[in-house]
Amino acid sequence: MPLLQINNEPVWRQREPARQRLVWLGWFLGVCLFLFCARIVSDNTIWEFMTDAHIQAASLIGRMVPPDWSITASLLLPLWDTVNIATVGTALGVLISFPLAFLAAANTSPHPSLRAFALTVIVSSRSINALIWAILLVTIVGPGLLAGMVAIALRSIGFLGKLLYEAIEEIDTGPVEAIRATGARPMQELAWGVLPQIMPAFAGITVYRWDINIRESTVLGLVGAGGIGLQMNAAINNLAWGQVATVFVLIFATVILSEWVSARIRHAVI
Amino acid sequence: MLTLKGLTKRYDTGDLALRDVDLQVPAGQVLALIGPSGAGKSTLIRCINRLVEPSAGTVTLDGRELSTLRGSDLRKARRQIGMIFQNYALVERLSVMENVLSGRLAYTGFWRSYFRRFPADDVRQAVHLLERVGLESMLDKRGDALSGGQKQRVGIARALMQNPKLLLVDEPTASLDPKTSRQIMRLICELCREQNLAAIINIHDVALARQFADRVVGLREGAVVYDGAPEGLSPEVLTSIYGEEDWNAAQRVEDDAAGDEAARDVDRALMDGHP
Repeated sequence: MPLLQINNEPVWRQREPARQRLVWLGWFLGVCLFLFCARIVSDNTIWEFMTDAHIQAASLIGRMVPPDWSITASLLLPLWDTVNIATVGTALGVLISFPLAFLAAANTSPHPSLRAFALTVIVSSRSINALIWAILLVTIVGPGLLAGMVAIALRSIGFLGKLLYEAIEEIDTGPVEAIRATGARPMQELAWGVLPQIMPAFAGITVYRWDINIRESTVLGLVGAGGIGLQMNAAINNLAWGQVATVFVLIFATVILSEWVSARIRHAVI
Repeated sequence: MLTLKGLTKRYDTGDLALRDVDLQVPAGQVLALIGPSGAGKSTLIRCINRLVEPSAGTVTLDGRELSTLRGSDLRKARRQIGMIFQNYALVERLSVMENVLSGRLAYTGFWRSYFRRFPADDVRQAVHLLERVGLESMLDKRGDALSGGQKQRVGIARALMQNPKLLLVDEPTASLDPKTSRQIMRLICELCREQNLAAIINIHDVALARQFADRVVGLREGAVVYDGAPEGLSPEVLTSIYGEEDWNAAQRVEDDAAGDEAARDVDRALMDGHP
């Protein structure tokens, strides 16, 4: 009852006084925890290195500028590979996660055991980073583009599957009920009642994941799974910071381009 | 034609929504089902086409028992029963034509329906129905581009696409303004008479029930408390359905509102040059 009488005036508070004190106590404990953690971090940091950190940073940037444009031509093919890894990986991920999402959504799943199976696949896919998937796959299928594509696909299944099944669970049940009332088959209920409702979410989620995958696939080369990451790694190992800068610039340009493409696609579909 | 015997529904929560309802609806009769919110009107019509499973009792349509049907038999029974919804329940991202044709899904194979390859007869009927409900120019519009009254017209056309024997109509006017409400009720009733369809119309607007129905059934706490002609809705009967209220005063206000409505219709018709 947050409505109180103070000096015969009605006073309304959001919470009861005891509850409000608990909320303040919670904040206080949170701040204490933060300070305590900061102390631990501080104790484990060698502050001597930090004293010249700004000089080191300036020196690193100095070695990167100007970028070594002479290697640009040799980077274009790996860059194209990177985009292909992201695109094919996303497509594979969509192919697998689309039916999986219908099995995982509570309102479309045909059986609880299938739902549990689908949710398990989605969670396991999500719990492993694309780079880790790539390390595993390079040892399984060997280095190259294929390992990268499959790694991206495996990581995407969880992401796409989760967001898609949540979209399916949030649909308006009215139209589905109406389709059912016409005597339609269960598959027709999905195709006519559910699918049109999730199409905007489906397109948005897919394009968003493709966007993320472009960024993720730039590092897959570090572990030999194809793409521009291999060249970046080589340049870093050779301390050729001018070349590293060129790779950065190209990745940056690609990401900007993918942002633009995905914004256009999203706009067209929704 | 439609016979309900001892129809009872108890929800999992323990609420008894329908108690032992007996009802017979002959072909071509427009029946208004009135009653306060929560009286079980929606549950009753949903038990007929099994969107809700009845707990006990039987539903018989043209001598066929519906409450035990499963799978494709249930779907065949459902396609004889058209349904119209309070919130229209259109698939808003599909076009008007797609929404109307969705009434033929039970007659169409999955892949044919997926690629929108409907037989010429269905397309002809859809165009004809859209003309009948006055939306022939809206054929390609998306569902979400329509007004409430237009959406309900599409909902009516979708239900009639099934070539049903029975229409279940759930609060068709609850989201519409008074004028559109009357137009929609008039349209539904005209179509029922043209095609000799039976209809059960849930409605909480007593004036509309009086104006359009052949027969009124009053439901209170899941049980039938009135079954008779619309003229028989005396203040005492309304009290037995809805509880104590000054029904005479309410009636006067309603009559005045209806009078104003009629006067406005005439004014508009004159101004448009269509007296």
